[in-house]
Amino acid sequence: MEKSKRDFLKVSGLCALGLGVLPLAKGIAAGNAPQVMQNPEALKGQQWAMVVDMKKCWEKGKEGCKDCLDACHKVHNVPTIEDPQEEIKWIWTEHYENTFPGLGNPYTNEKLKGKPFIVLCNHCSNPPCVRVCPTQATFKRADGITMMDYHRCIGCRFCMAGCPFGARSFNFREPREYIKDLNYKYPGRERGVVEKCSFCDERLAVGQLPACVESCKVGALVFGDQTDPKSPVRKLLDTNFTIRRKTELGTEPNVYYII
Amino acid sequence: MLERAFSGDQKYYRWVTILLVFIGLGFATYLVQLNKGLTITGLSRDVSWGFYIAQFTFLVGVAASAVMVVLPYYLHDVKAFGRITILGEFLAVAAVTMCLLFIIVDLGKPMRLLNVLLYPTPNSILFWDMIVLNGYLFINIIVGWNVLDAERKGVHYQEWLKPLIYLSIPWAVSIHTVTAFLYAGLPGRHYWLTAIMAARFLASAFCSGPALLILLSYVVKKFSKFDPGKEAIDRLSIIMTYAMIISIFFVGLEFFTAFYSNIPSHKHALEYLFVGLEGHGKLVPFMWAFVILALAGLALLINPKTRKDEKTLKIACVCVFTSMWLEKGLGLVVAGFIPNPFEHVREYAPTIPEIMIGLGIWATGFLVLTILYKIAISVKEEVSS
Repeated sequence: MEKSKRDFLKVSGLCALGLGVLPLAKGIAAGNAPQVMQNPEALKGQQWAMVVDMKKCWEKGKEGCKDCLDACHKVHNVPTIEDPQEEIKWIWTEHYENTFPGLGNPYTNEKLKGKPFIVLCNHCSNPPCVRVCPTQATFKRADGITMMDYHRCIGCRFCMAGCPFGARSFNFREPREYIKDLNYKYPGRERGVVEKCSFCDERLAVGQLPACVESCKVGALVFGDQTDPKSPVRKLLDTNFTIRRKTELGTEPNVYYII
Repeated sequence: MLERAFSGDQKYYRWVTILLVFIGLGFATYLVQLNKGLTITGLSRDVSWGFYIAQFTFLVGVAASAVMVVLPYYLHDVKAFGRITILGEFLAVAAVTMCLLFIIVDLGKPMRLLNVLLYPTPNSILFWDMIVLNGYLFINIIVGWNVLDAERKGVHYQEWLKPLIYLSIPWAVSIHTVTAFLYAGLPGRHYWLTAIMAARFLASAFCSGPALLILLSYVVKKFSKFDPGKEAIDRLSIIMTYAMIISIFFVGLEFFTAFYSNIPSHKHALEYLFVGLEGHGKLVPFMWAFVILALAGLALLINPKTRKDEKTLKIACVCVFTSMWLEKGLGLVVAGFIPNPFEHVREYAPTIPEIMIGLGIWATGFLVLTILYKIAISVKEEVSS
């Protein structure tokens, strides 16, 4: 079959036109897509935040209590890897001097020295991890949660270099082998992606407070929308002196500490 | 022109075979990594980038240095460089190839690599690095190949290449600037958070690249009938001397700012590198090797007698290249993570599999370089005979 140059140009022109119109067609189609109905019970907020009342934790909690850590790691299928190089942690404890570098002094009060502080992702208002991610696999939600898409993450670990709080863990190996009882209601991760605390977005969506908050028997962890003046978080911020980690870096962390 | 890569003497084939063996070993090790994950490396949640990313960073510099022959030749009509511009451009091609491979082996999910294109993210420096590196690779392949082909045919290269050649000059600067921005814009990584990071990268690139190019020129001269020329090497060695002086000066600036200001977080990484921190000092011997080699290289380069003498110049080039590799391809990336955000000192050392994969990539780069140089030199030999 002989084809003239003219015919060829006609067909290629048509193809180009088709490709050009494609995004438009997609846009129209997307407008008619079925919407997912939100659970009416879902908790709503503009910027979720947490107040960690360490005073309460130490004074009222039992010595060595790990309820919040265990609750979180269990519900989110966080593997227990002993090797400190490869461990995965969403919420854990660090000493006072390590949590707030530069705040310690040679005569630090014995009540503070070496005391464990609960640390987790700060869900910063201005998160460097989101800024550096090349695929938007980590992103900021409308409710202020710094979220991860484990299916999009390419495992470049730029976010780990970007996070000044050490909140992110990388799955160096297959995590499934290190989870004792699997929670079938929450997805697991694959080897090769980064993960971190999600402020329990899956629980907020059905009207529940984060697992760590719920598990604390002495009420040392308080969660709420910090833009709402009536929220429990704001009430604590109004009546207490609170500090945040590394505020000088401008990331605007949203986890507050009462000492 | 490609067929010229297949006709060589026994030495050529022996060299190619050696490279292929290393590539094979590296690839096999990579399959293990693909199977088991990055757990086979020495990386950790504290030092999350290591040997791979450090090699990538260093090689971006080697690639960018091609501009040191292209710029004088095309903008200042330095005729001496006419003979070796192609060597510079092909070195850039090989170096960028290695850069891209080092990025790929560092990924936890390499099969999702194209997500970077599917979800373009202009606020991520890595996105821009992908653009500038690939762009630089293509510019150098297109320019190098066409200019060489024109030389073979005995005609002037195509007019449309000219704007591309000019573009390659700022583009070379851009690849290393953008790569520096990967590090220099991160809050909380004090060692990297320095405004002169890009300047440091460029200075070290413009000494380590020419050092390699001079050594390669001598290799070419020894194994072929093509002589890159004494004048080209002389001029290149002067460029290298200035770049090395500036490079060391910049490292000194970092020391001044950290230690005169006396801010602990700014001193930590430098202390870790040169004297050890809290009893941890795996990199200390390497960093002192850097100091000694850099000073030795400088001494040989600043003295015109030793700079112009072939034997001592070669030693100087080895000193410069190795010292810059130690500083950038080893210390800079790792020390940025030490101490970690909680000020714990958690060290890093590459594992054997990690080094094997790295060697495989270096061998791949040298194979690309060998093939491209073989073609270029065969053409040059033909033309001159």
